[in-house]
Amino acid sequence: MQATTATKSAPSFKDRLLEALKGTFGTYFLVVVAFLIVQGFIATGSMSSALQGQLVPICVYVCAAVSLNLVVGISGELSLGHAGFMSVGAFTGCIMASMLAPIIPNDFLRLLISILTGGCFGAVAGFVVGVPVMRLSGDYLAIVTLAFGEIIKNILNNLYVGSDASGLHVSMSSVQDLGMTNGTVIINGPQGAVGISKLSTFVMGFLLIMFTLFVVSNLVRSRSGRAIMAVRDNRIAAESVGINVTKYRLMAFVVSAALAGMAGTLYAMNFSSVVASRFDYNTSILILVYVVLGGIGNIRGSIISATILTILPEFLRFMADYRMLIYAVVLICVMVLPNVPVVQRFMEAFKAKVPWLIDKDALEEPDLAEEGGNRG
Amino acid sequence: MAKNSQDNKKLSFRAAQGSYKAQAARSRGDKVESTAPAPATAKQHTRMVPLPSDGIVPERDVFSTPVLECRHLGIDFGGLHAVEDFNLIVGKTEIAGLIGPNGAGKTTVFNLLTKVYQPTRGTILLDGQDTAGMGVAKVNQMGIARTFQNIRLFSSLTVEENVTIGLHNSVKCGMWSGIFRLPRYWLSEKEFHDRSLELLDVFGMADLAHVQAGNLPYGAQRRLEIVRALATGPKLLLLDEPAAGMNPSETAELMENIRKIRDEFKIAVLLIEHDMNLVMGICEGIAVLNFGRIIAKGTPQEIQGNPQVIEAYLGTSAKEA
Amino acid sequence: MEFLTNLINGISLGSVYAIIALGYTMVYGIAKMLNFAHGDVIMVGGYIAFMTLFYLGMNPLICVLIAICGCTLLGIVIERVAYKPLRQSPSLTVLITAIGVSYLLQNLALLIWGSNPKVFPSIAAGLPSLQLFDGQLNISAETLITIGASVIIMVVLGLFTTKTKMGKAMRACSEDPGAARLMGINVDTTISTTFAIGSGLAAVAGVLLCSSYPTLMPTTGAMPGIKAFTAAVFGGIGSIPGAVLGGVLLGIIEIFAKAYIGTQLADAVVFAVLIIVLLIKPSGLLGKYVPEKV
Repeated sequence: MQATTATKSAPSFKDRLLEALKGTFGTYFLVVVAFLIVQGFIATGSMSSALQGQLVPICVYVCAAVSLNLVVGISGELSLGHAGFMSVGAFTGCIMASMLAPIIPNDFLRLLISILTGGCFGAVAGFVVGVPVMRLSGDYLAIVTLAFGEIIKNILNNLYVGSDASGLHVSMSSVQDLGMTNGTVIINGPQGAVGISKLSTFVMGFLLIMFTLFVVSNLVRSRSGRAIMAVRDNRIAAESVGINVTKYRLMAFVVSAALAGMAGTLYAMNFSSVVASRFDYNTSILILVYVVLGGIGNIRGSIISATILTILPEFLRFMADYRMLIYAVVLICVMVLPNVPVVQRFMEAFKAKVPWLIDKDALEEPDLAEEGGNRG
Repeated sequence: MAKNSQDNKKLSFRAAQGSYKAQAARSRGDKVESTAPAPATAKQHTRMVPLPSDGIVPERDVFSTPVLECRHLGIDFGGLHAVEDFNLIVGKTEIAGLIGPNGAGKTTVFNLLTKVYQPTRGTILLDGQDTAGMGVAKVNQMGIARTFQNIRLFSSLTVEENVTIGLHNSVKCGMWSGIFRLPRYWLSEKEFHDRSLELLDVFGMADLAHVQAGNLPYGAQRRLEIVRALATGPKLLLLDEPAAGMNPSETAELMENIRKIRDEFKIAVLLIEHDMNLVMGICEGIAVLNFGRIIAKGTPQEIQGNPQVIEAYLGTSAKEA
Repeated sequence: MEFLTNLINGISLGSVYAIIALGYTMVYGIAKMLNFAHGDVIMVGGYIAFMTLFYLGMNPLICVLIAICGCTLLGIVIERVAYKPLRQSPSLTVLITAIGVSYLLQNLALLIWGSNPKVFPSIAAGLPSLQLFDGQLNISAETLITIGASVIIMVVLGLFTTKTKMGKAMRACSEDPGAARLMGINVDTTISTTFAIGSGLAAVAGVLLCSSYPTLMPTTGAMPGIKAFTAAVFGGIGSIPGAVLGGVLLGIIEIFAKAYIGTQLADAVVFAVLIIVLLIKPSGLLGKYVPEKV
């Protein structure tokens, strides 16, 4: 009823609504609607338990993909160590949760504080890695972030943390070396974080997605975000108008690492134990696949592709063996096909025939693959 | 005492004028006595000679600090002296030109001034302040803005955003204000919007504000680069071949605009250009560069008649023979 | 004596890295791209050699030749299908494609050969090892073959790039592809040839790597590939002697880190070397620094 009166008084209301839905508002709307639908399914009991188990990981991958898109799409740097920051967040979050266990009985609050802790340590790791890495660019930056990711994994594989009455104990050699009499081991070297209380919930996952979305899209549409994109588009020009290039590249990197750390905590708290190898190079690549398939620089695309690509294997169990193979082929095709002359001609012809289809689906964010031509 | 110092000022001014005359004479090809007359002071043992300055500035700028002063500036690439003993003074509101044949080192000079390359030798004084050790961004904040020979816009962003990025250092809004949309954010966004439209209006580009910069026609891209440079609030604007690829009517409009910029913003402009109509039409002082060295300085008339300049551009008949 | 053993093991491992790094460095020098899939070509080479050696029982030398042919072909196909359309594309696009190719090869191998590690039979079976200092220092035949092969490859490659017409064309293309094209050099063919040579070298590296560390899995090539890239950067990317020097040094560093710091942290040490080199001297030990043109 309200909608009809509004349409009458302002004829462009529908257009304005569509316009708003194309932008950031639409992305929030999409996430909220998806959340409500899923809640409905859960309430009516029409969702398989296998799929329910996937809900938190979906949220984690969505957050990871959106935060990685900040670096790859908005800042224009290829980071291959994103999972490393997730693991830092996961491990510090677990430590915080187990330390808070006797103090804060409320699960939600404890999870929230743990996630924030994970985010802080993710940011610290991002800063420590970022300061040297930001002296590089392009392929070198990619390989060094990969190297840092592996180093983080290696260090965490050798980390032993326990807590007892006298506080926190840390060692790099063995459990015995912690020197505890009757404390609990929180992180047990290659066995990873053990004895985690499973605090993660889908509601928290939803909130984290909203938060990540809020941070990334607001950052992009601010003075700092414009500076980050200016550096991406043309580094020399950005410097020549007085922008501190390192500062803004580092800002994107650190914010992304903080968000990844939060996602990592959420992930770890969904299981009773988690190992550092869970966040290796392959995980980083997986998240990159989400970003690339969703469209580099396209936040909403990242959310959709991360969701679909996490659910899809559940439905395509018979193809489980081929899953990664298909990802690889799709990744190559998405990158290569737009550059093949035959495909280009076909697309031109297609656009000429059905312009309305292309126009409707036009992306809100600039496509880096096309815009990058003038870079460097 | 006061009178004495006044005399000194007059004297040094006269000396500067003298050397200017000498320079002008030299550029005409006349033979000039190089030793300037020293003041006759019998009591002192040291003989003081005025340091010959070949700097020239418009008469109206003579009593204000020159916006740019380069002393013995030079850079080597490997063994090559790409720029050597580059001395130039640009007056506070001068439109100066830097010309020379291809490969003379003009763009290299711009890169030295903006610290894209760190000079091997010499000093650059910007409005009296030494820029030694500063980076590209810092020098811009100090007051040098530039455009590029090969256009470097933020091509995936809109025209307005390009100008907004130019305003980056004059309107502040931190990361947290931006992320959490604090009041500071809304204030700064309004200021960004208003000021960038104001600047775009100078070149009549306000109606293009929402066009993606990469999609602009070529001439508009060049204009946008100038607006973006202006947005940084410079004291000196460096234009690297602003008229490249423009047709005569566009060039005429550009000349008008450059004068307008100088008059409205009260800044100096130093430009590199191959279009002699533009250079001779708007530049007040011109320096000619060849093989990394300045071979002549003077007004457009002086440069046009200078045999060394003609030789640099056309070669000598002796060499051709 | 333990020190000497470690040193020789380090040189041996480093020689393998050097051969892989040569592939990286040549491709990077000419196509200005990081061929992420190079490490996985090593793995394919290893599997081809394994198949011919284990199932067909051929002479090891013939097996190596078959592996070289297979990988060369693979390299050319990868270049033509995946990289050639992207010559003008930004480096981000190319890099993501290369990662995709790497993933594709790994998962194809997983489907074809399974995830169980294969025990690679020695190519030097029956050959005696070298005993020095009254048997205190034992150098295996594999080690000797590895070091010998890398020396030969480096010399041949050095002669190839400086003396032959194709080698000169390669160097011309790496300096300035546009000018090379104007001089009548077929840039596409030259780049394909570079990929072919690099992939052939990867096959050799695969066989040598697997005979020293005889477990073969679809992911076998990934780590050595990344480490070899580290070696190429360490030595100065684009430089052939640099790749060899970087490879050998990195091999020695890795073995010593394993011996004196701990197996778990050896990889971290190797990557730390990469990071330090890139931060202190991004052009590497023997590389040239090329500033961006404004």
